[in-house]
Amino acid sequence: MTEQATNTPIAKPKAPPSIVASTGFLGLNRKDATLLALVVVLTMLAPFILNPFPEGSGMAQFNAGYPDLMQRFVIFGIFAIGFNILFGLTGYLSFGHAAFLGVGSYAAIWMMKLVTLNIIPAIILSIIFAGLFALLVGFICLRRSGIYFSILTLAFAQMSYALAYSVLTPITGGETGLQIKATDRPILSGLEPGEIGRANFFGIDMRTSYELSLGDWLFTFNAGYYIAAVVMLLSFYLSIRIFRSPFGMMLRAVKSNQQRMSYTGLNSKPYTLAAFVISGMYAGLAGGLMVAMDTQVGPERMFWTASGEVVLMAILGGVGTLIGPVLGAGMIKYMENIISKINETILHQWFAFLPDGLEDFVVSMIYPFIGKGWHLTLGIVFMLVVIFLPGGLVEGGQKIAGLFRRKAKTDDTPSKTPAE
Amino acid sequence: MGILEVKGVNKRFGGLQALGDVNLSVQENTVHAIIGPNGAGKSTLLNCLVGKLIPDTGSVMFDGQSVLGRKPHQINQMGISRVFQTPEIFSDLTVLENIMIPCFAKRDGAFRMHALESFAHEKELLEKAEAMLADVNMLDKRHMHSASMSRGDKRRLEMAMCLVQEPKLLLLDEPTAGMARADTNNTIDLLKEIKEKRDITMCIIEHDMHVVFSLAERITVLAQGRPLVEDVPENIKGNPKVQEAYLGEAAA
Repeated sequence: MTEQATNTPIAKPKAPPSIVASTGFLGLNRKDATLLALVVVLTMLAPFILNPFPEGSGMAQFNAGYPDLMQRFVIFGIFAIGFNILFGLTGYLSFGHAAFLGVGSYAAIWMMKLVTLNIIPAIILSIIFAGLFALLVGFICLRRSGIYFSILTLAFAQMSYALAYSVLTPITGGETGLQIKATDRPILSGLEPGEIGRANFFGIDMRTSYELSLGDWLFTFNAGYYIAAVVMLLSFYLSIRIFRSPFGMMLRAVKSNQQRMSYTGLNSKPYTLAAFVISGMYAGLAGGLMVAMDTQVGPERMFWTASGEVVLMAILGGVGTLIGPVLGAGMIKYMENIISKINETILHQWFAFLPDGLEDFVVSMIYPFIGKGWHLTLGIVFMLVVIFLPGGLVEGGQKIAGLFRRKAKTDDTPSKTPAE
Repeated sequence: MGILEVKGVNKRFGGLQALGDVNLSVQENTVHAIIGPNGAGKSTLLNCLVGKLIPDTGSVMFDGQSVLGRKPHQINQMGISRVFQTPEIFSDLTVLENIMIPCFAKRDGAFRMHALESFAHEKELLEKAEAMLADVNMLDKRHMHSASMSRGDKRRLEMAMCLVQEPKLLLLDEPTAGMARADTNNTIDLLKEIKEKRDITMCIIEHDMHVVFSLAERITVLAQGRPLVEDVPENIKGNPKVQEAYLGEAAA
């Protein structure tokens, strides 16, 4: 462990799962197949799960089951899954992954403006462009490791942002970005004169929604969300396969001991570069999907805060775990969209039962953490997780599960020896 | 003609002549020890053999090919494995994975994109790895996290990782440094066992005379970057030049 020491993530090392576990369904072992099945069920039922409160009730603003936010959950989930392939396995912390997201977005919107409004070619093009860009950036940045690698990727991302913001205005639309306009006539779309193009999946408009009203509850099933969710599930499946493959093992070896790796006859450079390109392609896929859901793109998508956000997602959820980054992405996007919507009036409503002076005091204490202050809440949550749950939300889940298991064991088998 | 031929190697670090005109010939299927007092240039010489350092002048030929200018992973692929002074293993991985990695390196070369393959299809390599672990009495520890093992076990694991590649030449850099006497003797036994079971050439850098005289068939003594003598162990023991090199240092 020489220069790799700086790459060590915050998470504690855990014993990796056995590689010889039998493989069954879709080439996954039983534990992974169960996890995948669970994620399938959760994403498919998300419109119900995320809308637990009836419309019009005081708690309704905590509902997250509207299409726009659900789409963001799964798209940022893809982004974080890809980031985790690089950071979680090889330990190389990229601080410029938003650049690939942006490149994917620009590629997708040009495909839609010029060729077809079907989202599939646009998404494929976004993956290809992001992959090529990642190959170039990775080839240069991977000459260094540790903090120098992180700074190099950050520099690249900021250069990309600056290019998109000003120099490349003819291609990127500069500060205002790009949208699909009435003047855009994609050659394969057959639009009426003056009609504004809409992104579609073989004729299905992304914004098509079916609303189901059950009593006071309203559930929305959106075409765009389900397409993005299926893509997310495929990405998740692919990432499980990569994690459990010999290639995944080599990437963990890169993180563990590069010196031993080279004295074992392995060249760590192409392994790391391959991981970098794969994770860049995941970011491009996420960027393409963003454009598919909402046909516009601006340079702020490549800003360094966007790169930092995906790092937070991975660490918050659990670096190097399969499901962690998706959880982290969900948590951050939930806070960004829900906590930021709470305002002072709502706080006063909540605490109306308190005596006047006390109500004002409580509201003034909470006020900095809501609305635009949601970053403050995020920061506190992040600190608490890093200090008390270095393995992220996944470790929290495991601890809770462990508590129950231990309790169940001691309750069930009082005659035998208690659990260790 | 030995399997490893070092001719006229010089290495200078600023004003320090670390290696001066070193010649060394290691014969196939022998155990060759390189000894010498502190600062004699033993480690520098070893680093020149594995591609970590490039000598200023001279040649290093292995199996008829020059190793100079090649990267460490390329030299390993030629058939040279190295055991480090402090065991270098993949401590985040399990014992079995530690052994599987050199198995893959041996079969697939320096890089292969096997991202969508599964270990379920690698029965042959798994069997080879488990046989190797059984050889060093670590089969019951195969699912253990290798960071949590004792130092002696880490050393055995590292040797197993090198041996599973079936190297033509095994380089050992002070394999018993910092070990208690009992562990040292275990290591000697392990190395003797390895030597008996397979055709392998070993080159050991060592400080501990007990280890050297238990294992080596030929010894090269280095002092101040220069080879002093090269001979069989019996003649080295009584050689006045060697005694002076060691005792001179001790007396100073």
